Amino acid sequence: MSTLTQSQFFRQLKKYYTFYTGGFLAFIIVLAILEQMGLSAKWIGYIFLAATISLYAGIGIMSKTADVSEYYVAGRRVPAIFNGMATGADWMSAASFIGMAGTLYLTGYDGLAFIMGWTGGYVLVALFLAPYLRKFGQFTIPDFLGSRYGGNLPRILGVLAAIICSFVYVVAQIYGVGIITARLTGIEFQYGVFVGLAGILVCSFLGGMRAVTWTQVAQYIILIIAYMVPVVWLSVTHTGNPLPQIAYGQVLQEVTAKEKELNDPATTLGAAEASVRAIHKEKQLATEAKIKALEDAMATGHADPIVDEARTKLKSELAELNAAAEPDAARITAKEHEITELTGPDVLLAKLKKAADGAKKASGPVPAHATPFSGKGAEKKLLKDNPNATEAEIAAARAEDRKTSDDKRRNFIALVLCLMVGTASLPHILMRYYTTPSVREARKSVFWSLFFIFLLYFTAPALAVLVKSEVYTNLVGSSFASLPAWVANWAAVDPTLMKIADLNKDGLVQLAEITIGGDLIVLATPEISGLPYVVSGMVAAGGLAAALSTADGLLLTIANALSHDVYYKMIDPKASTVRRLTIAKSLLLVVALLAAYTASLKPGDIMFLVGAAFSLAASAFFPALVLGVFWKRANYLGAVVGMLAGLGMCMYYMYTTYEFFGGVAANEWFAIKPIAAGVFGMPAGFLGIIIGSLLSPAPSREIQELVDHVRYPNLERDTRTQAA
Amino acid sequence: MQLSEKHHEYWRKNLRLTAVLLAIWFTVTFVVIYFAPQLNDIVIMGFPFAFYMGAQGALIVYVLIIWFYAHTMNKMDKAYGVHEGDEE
Repeated sequence: MSTLTQSQFFRQLKKYYTFYTGGFLAFIIVLAILEQMGLSAKWIGYIFLAATISLYAGIGIMSKTADVSEYYVAGRRVPAIFNGMATGADWMSAASFIGMAGTLYLTGYDGLAFIMGWTGGYVLVALFLAPYLRKFGQFTIPDFLGSRYGGNLPRILGVLAAIICSFVYVVAQIYGVGIITARLTGIEFQYGVFVGLAGILVCSFLGGMRAVTWTQVAQYIILIIAYMVPVVWLSVTHTGNPLPQIAYGQVLQEVTAKEKELNDPATTLGAAEASVRAIHKEKQLATEAKIKALEDAMATGHADPIVDEARTKLKSELAELNAAAEPDAARITAKEHEITELTGPDVLLAKLKKAADGAKKASGPVPAHATPFSGKGAEKKLLKDNPNATEAEIAAARAEDRKTSDDKRRNFIALVLCLMVGTASLPHILMRYYTTPSVREARKSVFWSLFFIFLLYFTAPALAVLVKSEVYTNLVGSSFASLPAWVANWAAVDPTLMKIADLNKDGLVQLAEITIGGDLIVLATPEISGLPYVVSGMVAAGGLAAALSTADGLLLTIANALSHDVYYKMIDPKASTVRRLTIAKSLLLVVALLAAYTASLKPGDIMFLVGAAFSLAASAFFPALVLGVFWKRANYLGAVVGMLAGLGMCMYYMYTTYEFFGGVAANEWFAIKPIAAGVFGMPAGFLGIIIGSLLSPAPSREIQELVDHVRYPNLERDTRTQAA
Repeated sequence: MQLSEKHHEYWRKNLRLTAVLLAIWFTVTFVVIYFAPQLNDIVIMGFPFAFYMGAQGALIVYVLIIWFYAHTMNKMDKAYGVHEGDEE
């Protein structure tokens, strides 16, 4: 293929992928026909899993390479549009594909921080990084730091930060692969993780960046089709308009009207809701009383009887489950797990607190979907409880609402900023712009990247509203005797995603009687819109593609940082090509196994850690990368101080404020949540570079010339260009 | 090598374009978020304005910003003779 010109290569790729897309659609149609002929859901799951993974493996094997430039940067000839698709798949993780619409469903406007944060960052990539990194044209992000600032320390810091950010992220992806595989085929989570691992390794092991790139393009095509088909169909059945992104304005208004009705006890629906909320309120108060009793007992060291009592209760529940006519294996395992987990009063306390929180939330009014930063409703509550409240009381309640609302807004802004800058600092994304043939293609490629990501992200809010409307209009008020099929199915399959119970015994469904897990939204959409099971299988395959493609990119980033930056650049610069690639591949295997092992332990705070990766990347990389291009005076000492300060500040803030590390919320500055620690880390990083640079002499002439070199796509008599 | 006045002008223009686009980015993101409760009173085609911006509007602007930057810079490279040779 190397003899092809760039435009021949492009035409050939277009032909391959058009053919491939047609093949994928034909495959779906054949499966749909087989389903009509009686193929079971389980087999559809197996076929999807086997077919997609062997497809990725096939591309991986076809792209195997022994060339360093092919292995690290796909030979630098990936056309802009294909690099855009690969970046889209690289970027969109299981959380974007499955979780995003659910987050929006559950949190309304406040969830849009993720939509804006995970797209707006590409503006920063385009304006500040991609073209310059492409011109620099080496292999990794620490490479840039090493060459621009000189010395090994900036490079080591870059490697360290890249590994910290990417590792937690890749663990989360493998975790997602495990869950999806388990759902698709019914095999256990722990095995699912290793099936996923195999899927990841077949793509990246033989062909490095080259294989990953072409697999990611294939994965993007699957994931975008899998995402769009159910949403478009839901929009057609629900609104008659095949463009959900336009149709949902109308639906949003209906949802808003319904929210008002549900919150107004004067209406029939509202009154029924109020009766369920009263039950939740009772439960909340009862649980809070239990918490208080437990805390008192813990203070005097007599908590054990309470824990024993709770354990006895769980055991009797387990006995009941076992004695049932048809024992439910999943629920029995869950109960057994619950009993072994209950090791002391702390566990019981955490459990009770969670239950009380849940009940408290369920006892409150329905939050309005489109309303940003809603306050606590203290003023409303005051006026309801006490219609004769004094002016001063009203003012106090109003101030309380205002403070909650302001805190939420501040956190929203901080989170959006961290996600954006974090996007523009994550090495696995930036690395992709090394693979285009030229600076001009790199610029275009950022456009294509965001365009392909945009397709999914501007659909997610529409999906959330459409499903919400479905729940509010068709589920709420329906009879428990005749629940819609999808509700009954999901409640039976996975109670963490769908829980429904007739709390007030009126035989009708109230909104407060339904508990929905965020992931349900995307997973259940095919069923809600009445599509056959094969589409559900396709959605799961799409989620798998999203998780695998992201994991591939991350894994490669970590392994390359170790093999290229640590081994080749620092330990053995004279290593032969064969040796470099052997080391790179062995490290890839080790890192992958380590990540899969960590994921199989099911670490609890994985979602927080992923969010934290953005803040960490933003604090550690962004200042050093941007000032490296835009401020010639930035030098070695500045970079070292800045990266340490940014990373240190960010970690310190998380350490003191996040529960997992033993921090407390009281340590927060300006009530900023630990996930947005980057808003403190970034300024620390910038300040560190500026102060450190000004305290030491300007960088050498060679380095200043390197800065000129990256600023201009082509300088005449620029020796570096000729060398590269 | 020594940069010519033309090179400096190219870089100044690039900086100006970057600053302008960054200001637009800032406005559609952070200014709209800050005033979201007030802006939501404006309703277009069923969408409260701030909600629409967060869900779709800002995203469309981001895509356009990046397209415009790529388009303008790729043209400017040629105008200032700093474009890469091997393409088109």
